[in-house]
Amino acid sequence: MDFVNQLQRKFIDYSSSLHREGIVDDQFTQLRKLEDENSPHFVMEVASLFFEDCEKLINNMAIALEQKQGVDFKQIDECIHQLKGSSSSIGALRVKNACIAFRSFSDGQNREGCLRCLQQLSHEYSLLKNKLQTLFRLEKQIVAAGGSIPRVH
Amino acid sequence: MSGNGASSSSLNMISGEDVVNNNLSALVVDDSPLLRLLHDIHLKKYGLKVQVAENGKVAVDLFHLGASFDLVLMDKEMPVMNGVEATKELRAMGVTSMIVGVTSKDGPGEQQAFMEAGLDYCFEKPLTPEIISFLLEELNKHNNKN
Repeated sequence: MDFVNQLQRKFIDYSSSLHREGIVDDQFTQLRKLEDENSPHFVMEVASLFFEDCEKLINNMAIALEQKQGVDFKQIDECIHQLKGSSSSIGALRVKNACIAFRSFSDGQNREGCLRCLQQLSHEYSLLKNKLQTLFRLEKQIVAAGGSIPRVH
Repeated sequence: MSGNGASSSSLNMISGEDVVNNNLSALVVDDSPLLRLLHDIHLKKYGLKVQVAENGKVAVDLFHLGASFDLVLMDKEMPVMNGVEATKELRAMGVTSMIVGVTSKDGPGEQQAFMEAGLDYCFEKPLTPEIISFLLEELNKHNNKN
């Protein structure tokens, strides 16, 4: 039982750090509240879909920014728009903010600025993915040890 | 039902636990699989029967086939048929469902154009539990009048 308590404490601390560091916001907390016995892995499923979306869109933007014949800023804008929408919906705060900054350079058709923003966006996405995967591993450890996932408010 | 581009802060919110609906149905129209899943689970949590459509044309075709829904959550930017076109077409067909626009765009002009297509409400993503509670409360009021 003590081992489960330790894991649960670790989970609570780690979850709190994600909010403190601005990795996720309250929208992520709201998503966790939607998990129940009918949809126990809902947040993990949503996160997986988000990771797929992110990787595809970041890749598309990288290709668009490398086009020798000229950058299609409309395509870049569409990618940013999609990513901003999905990151807001999952509560990925720093990714969302990176999209907002990116948009201003895309609107200004500033290729160099866009390249810097894409780098920042990739960094924020990698950070989010690592942190969430760590969180989900902690959840699995708690369940495997016979405990329940604590609610973090 | 009159439309307005309401924000969550201006709404009279009630607790989600007060609006569990076992008789209402919803259609989620969004090209993003992530957002379809999100809204699907969210609405099912409140007891609604939910179907999803990946673009406006699929949504319109469902209504043409005789489907009906109390609530339609309509994304704005979609391939094949976007939310503005789909909303106009549904209203032209005589659909009286509550149609709620969901957009990522920030400009008020964008929301206004979407509202004029025939929406009842328009909100920016993400839809929070408070907004969903508000919409379901409005749906209940509307259904009680009829």
